[in-house]
Amino acid sequence: MKAISKFSGRGVYVEGNDIDTDRIIPARFLKCVTFAELGSSLFYDVRFDEEGNSKGHILDAEQHQGAEILISDVNFGCGSSREHAPQAIQKFGLKAVIADSFAEIFHGNCTTLGIPCVTMEKGAREKLSALVEADPEAEITIDLEGLKIICANNIFDINMKDSAREAFLAATYDPLDNLLAASDEIAAIAAKLGYA
Amino acid sequence: MAKNLYQKVWNDHVVRQLDSGQYQLFIALHLIHEVTSPQAFGMLNDKGLSVAYPHRTFATVDHIIPTDDQSRPLADDMAERMIQVLADATEQNNIEFFAPESGSQGIVHVVGPELGLTQPGMTICCGDSHTSTHGAFGCISLGIGTSQVRDVLASQTIAMDPLKVRRIRIEGELSSGVSAKDVILHIIHTLGVNGGVGFAYEYAGSVIENMTMEERMTVCNMSIEGGARCGYINPDETTFEYLKGRERVPQGDAFENEVMKWRSFASDADAQYDDEVIIDAKEIKPTVTWGVTPAQAISIGEVIPDPDLVEGLERNLISDALDYMKLEPNQPIKGTKVDVAFLGSCTNGRLSDFEQVAAVLKGRKVTSSVRAIAVPGSEKVDKAAREKNLHLVFEDAGFEWRKPGCSMCLAMNPDKLIGDETCASSSNRNFIGRQGSPTGRTILMSPLMVAAAAIEGKVADAREVFGLGEL
Ligand code: SF4
Repeated sequence: MKAISKFSGRGVYVEGNDIDTDRIIPARFLKCVTFAELGSSLFYDVRFDEEGNSKGHILDAEQHQGAEILISDVNFGCGSSREHAPQAIQKFGLKAVIADSFAEIFHGNCTTLGIPCVTMEKGAREKLSALVEADPEAEITIDLEGLKIICANNIFDINMKDSAREAFLAATYDPLDNLLAASDEIAAIAAKLGYA
Repeated sequence: MAKNLYQKVWNDHVVRQLDSGQYQLFIALHLIHEVTSPQAFGMLNDKGLSVAYPHRTFATVDHIIPTDDQSRPLADDMAERMIQVLADATEQNNIEFFAPESGSQGIVHVVGPELGLTQPGMTICCGDSHTSTHGAFGCISLGIGTSQVRDVLASQTIAMDPLKVRRIRIEGELSSGVSAKDVILHIIHTLGVNGGVGFAYEYAGSVIENMTMEERMTVCNMSIEGGARCGYINPDETTFEYLKGRERVPQGDAFENEVMKWRSFASDADAQYDDEVIIDAKEIKPTVTWGVTPAQAISIGEVIPDPDLVEGLERNLISDALDYMKLEPNQPIKGTKVDVAFLGSCTNGRLSDFEQVAAVLKGRKVTSSVRAIAVPGSEKVDKAAREKNLHLVFEDAGFEWRKPGCSMCLAMNPDKLIGDETCASSSNRNFIGRQGSPTGRTILMSPLMVAAAAIEGKVADAREVFGLGEL
């Protein structure tokens, strides 16, 4: 695990409020015992028809190939707790998500996997998506330390959950080693509560 | 200082604060199933870790299991493999597994409570968002991702930010024909699908106090649909009465001691809340969804919303939802044709749901154009229903009575909508493609309303169809 404080990549705007995890990865793709193959199934039913032909979704547009930053709207990732959703996002090649707001379980899952979820106000988000649409090559720089996004000479304010930001900067977003370090305290609680 | 239940249970289970500012929380009960958990065992193996407290984790299969032919190996190779991976992992790690035909298998959120594994004052996790169901017993019950399932297996803890608490009081008396499902659909419609982000919901008030445990579970089940991280109800005599004599609950004097402890978790009378919402029970009518989120709901007498009456992104949301649902604005939802009726799921797949429907179904028939299935939430529910001959009532009326599982709630098994079929469903999600067909349409409603739709072949008012009095 390495610290994530600042990184750059091209963006792609997937419009819509309340984009749920069933849409991000339809349930039939959850039939797997590892997450390895999920990337190609990201947003499957909105990208492909029943014969598997492309429906011309923005993620498949020529000019957005190789995009690394997903931009969306309100309440992104609502619904099921399936970690398959952020896993599919990551395996597809996306490294961060910008939205107005996130559903909490999805947000937590992303953080653990090292995918920063940052929030951005409506006006700024609209401007950023317009920039990306006009110039798909435009580089977006996300600065978690300064809580800014820079794109084509524009600077936008962003926000993120303090604990997630801390964890990215300190390289502790995967908490397991930290959790295990407290095994004696855990044992004490288990004993106190009668769960030992 | 006076505290609410959330604060008491949280304080009991906090191990310490982490450097990130999050807290490390001990998990009293961990439930796992075949879809989101097997991968976590692989993650543990990769790190050379073992399960720290195997007796605090219990496993079942529910999502992928077929509800017609469950003989092994299952016809679907991948489904068979997922069950086998879970069976092997639980065996290697000394975790109790409620396998099919063990008598205890079923949907994870039905199984925990009915065995009495779910008890007041616990912190409960499962790799499943509807873990909020268990909050009905006065627990902090959280849906988690697979990496967190790994964390719980390895350490029996998770890292988490504290929540705020909103008390939602539903006061007064529900009218006849209005059920727990209508209450929660009404709450979500009122507060929105993301109204609960950052919150635990405490459901309170006379309506909640008068509910049975199974009704309380229906309400808590859909907390996540309102964006809340969890939902709970204070434990009371109804809770203790339900738990008494259950398989995994202490018996005799030990039970009385537990009750004393459980009672102490209830919110103090003068506890503080971060927010409070009061809802008048009289406002709640039988409620159905018309769109693709659980908040896109109206009462049965209302007309479908008109996107032209709202501005901005909200307008797109409504018109996109109506396009998908193939519904017209300003038309009554009542009378919308349905092709499939699904009775089941962790929201409404318990004994009382089937009892309630069986009572009105006697002597009536599902219309010939509707495919109707009734899927008990667990082997125990199935057995109890069969002992009362409820399955015969359903079969006589034209329902198929199936074996337990999640079934058409998310259609990871063969129970699926075909093409753009419309389903009257007692489940909890009407997302695009949720019931197995990318163009399938879901209308969420209470079990009584599903039965009414099955008989009429269209969305109907159960109060009219079954003569349940006041409209
Ligand atoms: S019944 Fe539906 S919501 Fe409940 S656990 Fe199964 S799939 Fe999830």
